[in-house]
Amino acid sequence: MTGKSDTLVAWDDVLASYDPALGLEVHVELNTVTKMFCGCPTEFGAEPNSQVCPVCLGLPGAMPVVNRKAVESAIRIGLALNCEIAEWCRFARKNYFYPDMPKNFQTSQYDEPIAFEGYMDVMVEGEIHRVEIERAHMEEDTGKSLHVGGATGRIHGADYSLVDYNRAGIPLIEIVTKPIMGSREKAPLIAKAYVAQLRELIVALGVSDARMDQGSIRADVNLSLAPVGTGALGTRTETKNVNSLRSVERAVRYEMQRHAAVLDSGKAIFQETRHWHEDTGVTTSGREKSDADDYRYFPEPDLVPVAPSRAWVEELSGTLPENPREKLDRLQADWGFSDLEMRDTVGAGALGLVEETIAAGAAPQAARKWWLSEMARRANDSGVDIAELGVSPAQVAAVQALVDAKTINDKLARQVFDGLLAGEGTPEEIVAARGLAVVSDDGALGAAVDIAIAANPDVADKIRDGKHAAAGALIGVVMKEMRGQADAGRVRELILEKLS
Amino acid sequence: MPEITRDEVAHLATLARIDLDDAELDHLAPQLSVILESIASISSVAGDDVPPTSHPMPLTNVFREDVVVPGLTAAQALSGAPASEQQRFSVPRILGDEQ
Repeated sequence: MTGKSDTLVAWDDVLASYDPALGLEVHVELNTVTKMFCGCPTEFGAEPNSQVCPVCLGLPGAMPVVNRKAVESAIRIGLALNCEIAEWCRFARKNYFYPDMPKNFQTSQYDEPIAFEGYMDVMVEGEIHRVEIERAHMEEDTGKSLHVGGATGRIHGADYSLVDYNRAGIPLIEIVTKPIMGSREKAPLIAKAYVAQLRELIVALGVSDARMDQGSIRADVNLSLAPVGTGALGTRTETKNVNSLRSVERAVRYEMQRHAAVLDSGKAIFQETRHWHEDTGVTTSGREKSDADDYRYFPEPDLVPVAPSRAWVEELSGTLPENPREKLDRLQADWGFSDLEMRDTVGAGALGLVEETIAAGAAPQAARKWWLSEMARRANDSGVDIAELGVSPAQVAAVQALVDAKTINDKLARQVFDGLLAGEGTPEEIVAARGLAVVSDDGALGAAVDIAIAANPDVADKIRDGKHAAAGALIGVVMKEMRGQADAGRVRELILEKLS
Repeated sequence: MPEITRDEVAHLATLARIDLDDAELDHLAPQLSVILESIASISSVAGDDVPPTSHPMPLTNVFREDVVVPGLTAAQALSGAPASEQQRFSVPRILGDEQ
């Protein structure tokens, strides 16, 4: 990181002077059992260099062979993004020298991607924005470097680096949008919603673990500004490895404000990569972006072309998940959500979570309530995406089941979530260990009700006169007395019985 | 006729991480030009009816199934490495950025 901080222009001033053009490149790591071009396993977290062979180590004479399943996943992703599927396409070598690629080239696709010319309809604040997809192509992941020495563990200032090639050769699909124009103040939200929806689509297709925090989905954000109303395309920067939905939104906003400051001062934006820093929420300069020429792409001679038959493509299109917009309509009807409730659920990135919670047995409104109030608040407080909070849909459903069974109430349920996040065990174990169960035993409740009536004779008289609404005040007293652990419904019944 | 300039050779050498001094550039640039010219003579015999060909065999769709094949152990993988540490390949300080 450089020491000096960037000058930023106020958000409203950015919009007054400039139009953003946005582009997103998303890398999806496939969940195939083996690598793209060899039979090495792809398990996450294995011992360093234990999932390698001559092919992915780039040893002389090793010959790659394409993984059929990876091609199948690429085609299914392309179809789900409404793309054309190439009738014939080749792999290409992207040549560069960097120790994370032992071959000194990455096997990728260049001007013949397997899928191209598609779109995805993205919902932002209840409105549909069509994001055009330029291409989706197949390539391989790189190894992982560990930088040793220096103060920060970062690449700059390191003495040397240690490389693990387990990840080298794992299949990646890179999905590239066309420039998204006219998004104006919604650019950060559209970027976030696109990546969120793309992630949900990938989950529905079942082709990837789709864990942004583990890097199985990685987003690069391309951004440029042009003078407002000109429709021109300015020089862009490419911000790499933006690895949470929240950061996608923040990175777009940051780069818009930074570009505006550079342009306002009469300077030019250089085409370069930028690094996103999750902790500080800023980007720093990376390297100058190489021209495509410098990669000296050429067709991969060791792999024959891929020519998916139309029958195969047709067969794969029969395996696609439900169209996202039709699915939204169906879910809304099934759940009985209002338009606003549905929009908020999608906007919070909680659609899949709510769906899974309902599938695990919770009532729709209860599932929505927990995710959009309690979980959204907690995620916001800790600055993480709601999906990465650490509470699963199954756990939320289990907590709600305890509420439904009147073992706990909503207030106690919040303490159960505290326990879940602290890793104290299952909801049942937490209720037992923390002593959270609601008291509905008439003996204990009756005694507390008697004390409350005796302490509040005025309120008791009102209830005797038929003002049943006044019971609320006594319920409050009882709840306080019992530290929130009384069954409020039963308390009300007891009060009315005793004062009738 | 294709010709490669001294600047282009210098640029390619940088991309390929080959350290060439001025004398070497003076020496190599004309030689590379000759090689390019020789290869370019192939274009003169390729008619319009011959499409550019990247693969000599008319094969497509050579796939393997998604089944694990045993590879190398970490010890085998690292056996040819000039240096290793923590079961990883040790490489000199990286100056540039990741691609």
